[in-house]
Amino acid sequence: MNFSRSALKTGRSFLQVIPVLLGVLLLISLVNATVSPEVYAGFFTGNWIIDPFIGAAFGSIAGGNPITSYIIGGELLSLHVSIMAVTAFILSWVTVGLISLPAEMEILGRRFALVRNLLSFIFSIAAAVLVGLTLIFAGVSL
Amino acid sequence: MSNRDSGVVLPKKGAGGNGQGNKGISKSGWYFFAFVLILYAVVAAFDISAVLRALNIFSGLIVQIAPVLSLVFVFILVTDLLVKPDKIIKYLGSESGITGWLVAIAGGIISSGPVYVWFPFLAELRRKGMRPSLAAVFLYNRAVKVPLLPLMIFYFGVLFTVVLTVYMLIFSVISGYLTEILVGDE
Repeated sequence: MNFSRSALKTGRSFLQVIPVLLGVLLLISLVNATVSPEVYAGFFTGNWIIDPFIGAAFGSIAGGNPITSYIIGGELLSLHVSIMAVTAFILSWVTVGLISLPAEMEILGRRFALVRNLLSFIFSIAAAVLVGLTLIFAGVSL
Repeated sequence: MSNRDSGVVLPKKGAGGNGQGNKGISKSGWYFFAFVLILYAVVAAFDISAVLRALNIFSGLIVQIAPVLSLVFVFILVTDLLVKPDKIIKYLGSESGITGWLVAIAGGIISSGPVYVWFPFLAELRRKGMRPSLAAVFLYNRAVKVPLLPLMIFYFGVLFTVVLTVYMLIFSVISGYLTEILVGDE
């Protein structure tokens, strides 16, 4: 296969992806611009299971650069949100993408995208609880 | 051996998967984009400053992902030109064994930029024989970012960072296995 034919094929693939990517980026920007850490913090209850669930839910809706999740996570910690909830938040921020789900379904397949995101959501809660328990076991006061 | 025989689940043709033989551009992507623009118009009607903030963030994101997107374009092009399906099946296919898992984990860790810019590249690899489980492992390990570890340590401490990183690696493998079992023949 020659170069120009491959380049044309790759370019065509990108043309198909670009409106989805732009839509995802615009949605992520809108969520990040309208929802502040204080808004997130108001939803947490102090419960060890419910809070990671809420953290994972918020992380799943937003998303984008991990640096942003660290900054918001740091803000949440300073607002006395638990480390488990923050862990679930920063994990699901990167591994789950509700906003990018249409793009993932379009490009990688509907079932694959749904299963992968659902598992990642569940595992972000499980990992958060395990991280919390490990830290307690290591003698860290949460 | 067909892709179905080799246990490969193909991404949707005509999407971003470099689908062979697809000449038309999928309209659903444009519908989604139009929906987002309408959403922006609705929000602007109530709070124009929120939309301006969002557009500011958006322009920052575009600047951020443009180099990565260019890199992904080159990866797909090189893969299309040089990497034959038998190589993908050897290193990332159903017979790849532990090598496949290690390649997927390393690929996820070293890849930079937002996750969605890597979807077309993974679609291309899957079209050539990559296991769904390894695509899931690649995507999960996007959470482990070596250059960002100092920042994570700054915010959350060394112990937290080490413990979380170990759990992320473990859960990436579990996620990969379960994804493949549950996805089956799509």
